[in-house]
Amino acid sequence: MLEIKNLKASINNKDILKGLNISIKPGELHAIMGPNGSGKSTLANVLSGKEGYKISGELLYQGKNLEEISIDERAQQGIFLAFQYPTEIPGVNTSNFLRTSLNKVRKSQGKEELDALKFIKMIKDKSKELGIDEKMLSRQLNVGFSGGEKKKNEILQMKILDPNLIILDETDSGLDIDALKIVADGVNSSRNDKKSFLVITHYQRLLNYINPDHVHILSDGKIVKSGTMKLAEDLERTGYKGIN
Amino acid sequence: MKSKDINYNQDYKYGFTTDIENIKAPKGLSEETIKFISKIKKEPKWMLDWRLKAYNRLKVSKEPNWQKPKFPKIDYQDLYYYSAPKSMQDKPKSLDEVDPKLIETYNKLGIPLNEQKKLSGVAVDAVFDSVSVATTFKDELTKKGIIFCPISEAIQKHPDLVRKYLGSVIPINDHYFATLNSAVFTDGSFVYVPPNTKCPMELSTYFRINASETGQFERTLIIADKGSYVSYLEGCTAPMRDENQLHAANVELVALDDAEIKYSTVQNWYPGDKEGVGGIYNFVTKRGACRGKNSKISWTQVETGSAITWKYPSCILQGDNSVGEFYSIAITNNHQKADTGTKMIHLGKNTKSKIISKGISAGKADNTYRGLVDIGRKAINSRNFTQCDSLLMGNTCGAHTVPYIKNKNSSSTIEHEATTSKINEDQLFYCNQRGLSQEEAVSLIVNGFCKEVLQQLPMEFAVEAQKLVGISLEGSVG
Repeated sequence: MLEIKNLKASINNKDILKGLNISIKPGELHAIMGPNGSGKSTLANVLSGKEGYKISGELLYQGKNLEEISIDERAQQGIFLAFQYPTEIPGVNTSNFLRTSLNKVRKSQGKEELDALKFIKMIKDKSKELGIDEKMLSRQLNVGFSGGEKKKNEILQMKILDPNLIILDETDSGLDIDALKIVADGVNSSRNDKKSFLVITHYQRLLNYINPDHVHILSDGKIVKSGTMKLAEDLERTGYKGIN
Repeated sequence: MKSKDINYNQDYKYGFTTDIENIKAPKGLSEETIKFISKIKKEPKWMLDWRLKAYNRLKVSKEPNWQKPKFPKIDYQDLYYYSAPKSMQDKPKSLDEVDPKLIETYNKLGIPLNEQKKLSGVAVDAVFDSVSVATTFKDELTKKGIIFCPISEAIQKHPDLVRKYLGSVIPINDHYFATLNSAVFTDGSFVYVPPNTKCPMELSTYFRINASETGQFERTLIIADKGSYVSYLEGCTAPMRDENQLHAANVELVALDDAEIKYSTVQNWYPGDKEGVGGIYNFVTKRGACRGKNSKISWTQVETGSAITWKYPSCILQGDNSVGEFYSIAITNNHQKADTGTKMIHLGKNTKSKIISKGISAGKADNTYRGLVDIGRKAINSRNFTQCDSLLMGNTCGAHTVPYIKNKNSSSTIEHEATTSKINEDQLFYCNQRGLSQEEAVSLIVNGFCKEVLQQLPMEFAVEAQKLVGISLEGSVG
């Protein structure tokens, strides 16, 4: 699904990623943990195609060179980023935004666009499944949303768009236990042998619910250690210092 | 000033020209030209006298030049003041007699005039250069006593109404362009809604400039009698040319006791090319008088076209408890310039006004909001709320807000809020990451920014306006 080899990325002449390797197969869930400033969010940005980074190394998604694909096309081809800080877009209705987004993705895959009625049914079903209050859908996108609501909205979008490679960028930070469960349930119910996940997090907390296949530790722009859930547990005990 | 049609790649889809034989007035501005117009319109003597009075006034008045967008001197002797398809001279009695080329033109613009295809729920008056081509749903409106016809027809058929109200809101000596219009106006719409009548459908005029080297001098007069309601919308387009063409309109609205007029504009005149060559000078005077108590006038404008837009749709709140509203979206891209806003003149007691202005500037464009709120001494307990938001795209455009505020009594309140922001990279990235292209993202964000204004538009036009907002900004980011 995703093959990253010797990835280096810099922004404004500052090196952030310094030779990162990772390989994610369909059906796998990888967690990346790391201290502040280790390059976690840069990795998420580079994968989704955000501009402004100077990049070298190999970045293959489903065998295709990602560098040749624009942000919106990556999204259409199934890369989804759940944002750490979902941005507010005033005046844009949440449900309309999601429908526009979904229809763009469907259209690019040669599927028929969903009309308003079918879409409303779909989004209501998914919201219910996730335990998300329907009222959120008629509000302006992320405007005045609490931190938890924003993250739940990201998970709802993930569910609706049905992507192949899902990157969660610290989706768990700042969440109370109930919201965390919604996020975890959203992830768990989406898991199958075709989808891959890259979960970026500071804490073991979320991982307890979603049970990763692999855990990597990112430090100073490189993966310094890889292992299983046990690595995350060790980390929680000893801190990043103990690992280095 | 020889002009040629421009054919190279442009996003302006209304830029075509209709090849048709025209009758024109002699070139230049003179008594002769005015007499020609009056004669060809078969006007009564009082109308000609009125025009000549304006013309005499014009000779001693000067163009204003306090506006932000400056423009090269207009040679008023090098313009045609009247141009109409030859086939319209014999006043076709029904649509079957109208030149098919004209019908086809409106079809191409998305305004079908045929009985079978006409827009449901919207009566249309189609003005082509200096003449009205057709008006739909006339009979249905007549049954309710509503008059909706070209103003040239109203001058002949309803002279009492026209004489009573024409120039009563915009006097002929108001300012240079208003006076010019009074002297040479050619066509536009006339609406009269009788007492206690709610107009059952949207009324709409579609203005099309076709002939080159020709100015369009539209005149519209709308009267809502006591307790009546009408919603009116105008749309405008023109061919792509490398010359600047002048559209100097006067629009007067009169609302009597308890009456309400909702006036919407979707202005999409040719904006000029990417280098700023050509485009319409849209110098328009629009003013409404809330003459009766509890009356209401609401202006909504979506200004996306024209090389220069220069207009201040205003409300004179004479009647006690009257309400004036102004909702505006002004989008300028490439080299377009806009200096637009409103004037709210509070004269009656307990009068209220609301101004919501959204300016969007991209490319090398310049966008100015200029507005006056004037609460008179006798206008006790009056209120105004103003909100001006500007959105900038890129580093080479400008946005300016110039509010003039006068409050002459202590029981009234004025609130003014203004913001200026740049289109946000994070918002664009977010939309891109959800599969939207750069252009779709811009359109979505800007439409969100304008939502408060867009939702004021009649439903039939809101969708079209939303698309227009996106199209006008194509190529403005990245």
